[in-house]
Amino acid sequence: MATENVSSTYETYYVPDQSKFPIWASLGLFLFVFGMGNILNDIQAETGTGGSTIITLLGFAILGTVLYNWFATSVRENHQGLPSAQLKRSYVLGMYWFIFSEVMFFAAFFGALFYVRTWAVPWLGGEGDKGITNMLWPEFQAAWPVIANPGEAIFENPDESMAWTGWGDALGYLPLWNTIILLSSSVTVHFAHVGLKNNNRKQLTAWLSVTVLLAIVFLILQVEEYLHAYHELGLTLNSGIYGSTFFLLTGFHGFHVTLGAFMLFVMLMRTLKGHFKPEDHFGFEAASWYWHFVDVVWVCLFLFVYIF
Amino acid sequence: MSNVGILDGHDTHHDDHDHHHGPAKGITRWLYTTNHKDIGSLYLWFSLAMFLLGGSFALIIRLELFQPGLQFVQPDFFNQMTTMHGLVMVFGAVMPAFVGLANWMIPMMIGAPDMALPRMNNWSFWILPFAFAMLASTLLMEAGAPNFGWTFYAPLSTTYAPETVTFFIFAIHIMGASSIMGSINIIATIQNLRAPGMTYMKMPLFVWTWLITAYLLIAVMPVLAGVVTMMLFDIHFGTSFFNAAGGGDPVLFQHVFWFFGHPEVYIMILPAFGIISEIIPTFSRKRLFGYDSMVYATSSIAFLSFIVWAHHMFTTGMPLAGELFFMYATMMIAVPTGVKVFNWISTMFKGSITFETPMLFAIAFVVLFTMGGFTGLMLAIAPADFQYHDTYFVVAHFHYVLVPGAVFSIMAGAYYWLPKWTGNMFDENLGKLHFWLSFVGINILFFPQHFLGLAGMPRRIPDYALQFADYNMISSIGAFLFGFSQLLFVFIVIKCIRGGKQASSEVWESSHGLEWTVPSPAPYHTFTTPPELPKRVHS
Repeated sequence: MATENVSSTYETYYVPDQSKFPIWASLGLFLFVFGMGNILNDIQAETGTGGSTIITLLGFAILGTVLYNWFATSVRENHQGLPSAQLKRSYVLGMYWFIFSEVMFFAAFFGALFYVRTWAVPWLGGEGDKGITNMLWPEFQAAWPVIANPGEAIFENPDESMAWTGWGDALGYLPLWNTIILLSSSVTVHFAHVGLKNNNRKQLTAWLSVTVLLAIVFLILQVEEYLHAYHELGLTLNSGIYGSTFFLLTGFHGFHVTLGAFMLFVMLMRTLKGHFKPEDHFGFEAASWYWHFVDVVWVCLFLFVYIF
Repeated sequence: MSNVGILDGHDTHHDDHDHHHGPAKGITRWLYTTNHKDIGSLYLWFSLAMFLLGGSFALIIRLELFQPGLQFVQPDFFNQMTTMHGLVMVFGAVMPAFVGLANWMIPMMIGAPDMALPRMNNWSFWILPFAFAMLASTLLMEAGAPNFGWTFYAPLSTTYAPETVTFFIFAIHIMGASSIMGSINIIATIQNLRAPGMTYMKMPLFVWTWLITAYLLIAVMPVLAGVVTMMLFDIHFGTSFFNAAGGGDPVLFQHVFWFFGHPEVYIMILPAFGIISEIIPTFSRKRLFGYDSMVYATSSIAFLSFIVWAHHMFTTGMPLAGELFFMYATMMIAVPTGVKVFNWISTMFKGSITFETPMLFAIAFVVLFTMGGFTGLMLAIAPADFQYHDTYFVVAHFHYVLVPGAVFSIMAGAYYWLPKWTGNMFDENLGKLHFWLSFVGINILFFPQHFLGLAGMPRRIPDYALQFADYNMISSIGAFLFGFSQLLFVFIVIKCIRGGKQASSEVWESSHGLEWTVPSPAPYHTFTTPPELPKRVHS
C-alpha cells in the first residue's frame, strides 16, 4: 500500500469525525426491507401494493444516495491523503472478511443442494433402512435432476432440466459459453490490474472495459437461459427441489455478478476520471477480488449444478 | 458532510486531552458518533432494554405456568411469547451486550485509538433498533407475532406461519448484516490495531475470545441469512426446499439452521469465557493459570462447534452413523471446556481472593455454567436424548448456560468495568445484594425444571398435567424473584453514573492490562498514539 501521499503515519492514529451516513443508511435499509415485506404480504393477500412500493423505493433511494456519498467521501479522503497505511490495511482486511462471509452464504445453498441430492431425495425414493418418508409417495422414483416430483399436484413437474447433455450439444449449451465468458473476464481484469500497476492507463482502460462488457454479456445470456427455462422447459421456481436449488443458486450468483459488474463499472468511471495510482488503488483491487470470487462460485455452480 | 480531522501525535504515549474534539452535544452525539466508547454504550443500553423486554415476555410465560390450566393468555399468544422471548434475548440482549463490551474494551485493551472502521461501527449499531422495532411491531399486527419458536422450524415457520413471518425474515436479514459488519470491524481492529509489541499470544483473553467469536459470526451469520432466504422463497415464490412434496425436506431446514445455531451457542459463551478469564486473576491476585491452553481450548471449541450441529436433531431419524458421529463429537467439547474450568479453579487456588461483586458473579459463573455443561453432556448421549428431547430438561440445560452463564458474565463484566467507564465506584453493598438475589432467584427458577423435564413435561406448552404443578409453581416464584431483582441492577448502574466514590486508574488492586493504565473515567479518545505495554501484561 502507498505511503508517499499520506500525512498521517503509523505513529499517529486517524479517527474520522462524526458521520451522518450510518443513521441514514440504517433508515434507508429499514424502509427498504419493511416495504419489501409489505409488498410480499400484499401480494399474498391479493391487495394493492402501491403504498408498499413507495416505501420500498424511498428506502432504496435513501440507501443508494447514502452509500454513493459514503464511498465518495472515502475516495475524497484518500485523495487528500488522510488515511494512514494502517487504516488502508483495515479496508483490505474488511474486504477480505466480507468475501469470506459471501463464501459462507453460498455454502448454505450448496450444502442444501448436496443434502437433498445425497440424502433427502434418495430417502424419498425408498433408499436406506428408514423407510418412513418413502411411505408418503410410494410410487416416487428417486433421480437427479428430479423431473417427476413426489407431490405432482402441488409442484408442477418440469419438462426438462438444465443438466449437461453431452458434447454433442455443447455448442448450443449456454452455461458452457457463460463459463468461458466468466473465466476470460477474470483474466481480462487481471490484465487491467497489470496495466494499472505498470502505470499503463491505456491497457487499464481497455481491459477493464472488456471485462465490464463480458460481464454484461454473461448477464444477458443468463436472462436468455432463464427465459428458455420458463418458456420452453417448463422449469420454474415452482418445479420442485430441482428448480428451487437451480434458480436460487444461479440467481444469487447472477445477483452477485450484477453487483460485481456494477463495482467494475464504477472502477471504470473512476479510471476515466484519472483515479488510481500504480501503488495506491485498493478500490480497484477490491472490485477485482470480488470479481474473482464470483468467478470461483460460477465454476462450482457449473460443476455441481450443471455437469454432475 | 464529514469534515475530517486528524489527531495530532504527541510524544507522550497516551494522550488524554480532547485536543481535537470531545463528545458532541445533544442527541447528534449518539446518532452520528464514530467513537467506540459511545457506540459501546449504545450497544449496552440497547441490550439492557432488550433484556428487560425479553424478560417481561418470560414473566408472562412463567405467570401462565404458575398453575395448571389456562389462566391469563391464549395458547397462540403463549407461543408468540416463547418465540419472541428467545429471539429478543439471543439477538437483542446477549449478542449486543457482548458487542458493546467489545467496543468499549478491545481498543483500550490492545492500545488502539478506536475501532478499525468507526463509521461502519455506527452503522452496525443503528441497524439493530430498526430491526427490533420491526420484529416487535409484529406483536401489534392483526396476524400476531411469530409463534413458531425461536428455532423457527419449517413447516411451522413456512406453511403454517402467520403472515408476519415475512417481517421476521427481513429483521433477521438486517440484524445479520449488522452482526457481520460488527464482526468484520472487531477482527480488523484486533488484526491491525494492536500496539507495537502486543503479539497475539500477549493479548488479553477477552480479546482472544472475541477474535474467535467474530470469526464464528462471519462464518455462520450468512448461513442464517441463507436459511431464512430459503424460507422466504418457500413462502412467497413457490420453491420447495422444506416441502417433501417437491422433493425437499423439512429436516433440511434443521440442518441448515443448526449449522448456524450451534456455533451461535458458542458465540454467546466464548466472550463470557474471556470476561471471566479477566476477572478471576484480578480478584485472586494471581496471573491467569494456563494462558496458552486457554487460547488453544477456545480455538478447539470454535472448531468443534462446526461439527456437532446435528446433536439438536437426534430424534429426526438420522442414520445411525450420524447419531454416533455427532454424539462423540459433542462429547469431545467437554475436553477443552474442562481445560478452561480447571484453569479458572487453578487460578483461584492459593490466591488471595476477595469477593467483590464482579468476582461473585464470576465464581457463580464457573459453578453454574459447569452444571449447565454437565447437563449438556447428558443430552449429548443420543439414546438418552430420545428421552430428554423437547422436554423442560433441555430448557433447564440451556438456561443454565445462558443465564448464569452468558448473562452472569455480562453482569460481572459490567460491574468490573463500570468504574472505568463512569469514573465512579458502584455501590458495593447493593451490588452484592443484586448478586445474591440473582443467584438464589436463578436456581429456584431453573433447577426444578430439570426434574420437570426428566418427569416428561414437554417444553413450549401453556398448560400441563397436574403432577407437574408444584415444581412449576416454585420455578415461577424464582422467575419473579430473578426478574424483579434486575431492576436493582438498573438502579445500581444509574446510581453509579450519577456519582460515587472516585475510582482510581487501576480501579481494582490487582488489575493488569492497558485499559487500567488510562484514567477513570476513560477519556473520550484513549490512545492517539500507540502506547507502550505495561510490564504486567499476560505472559
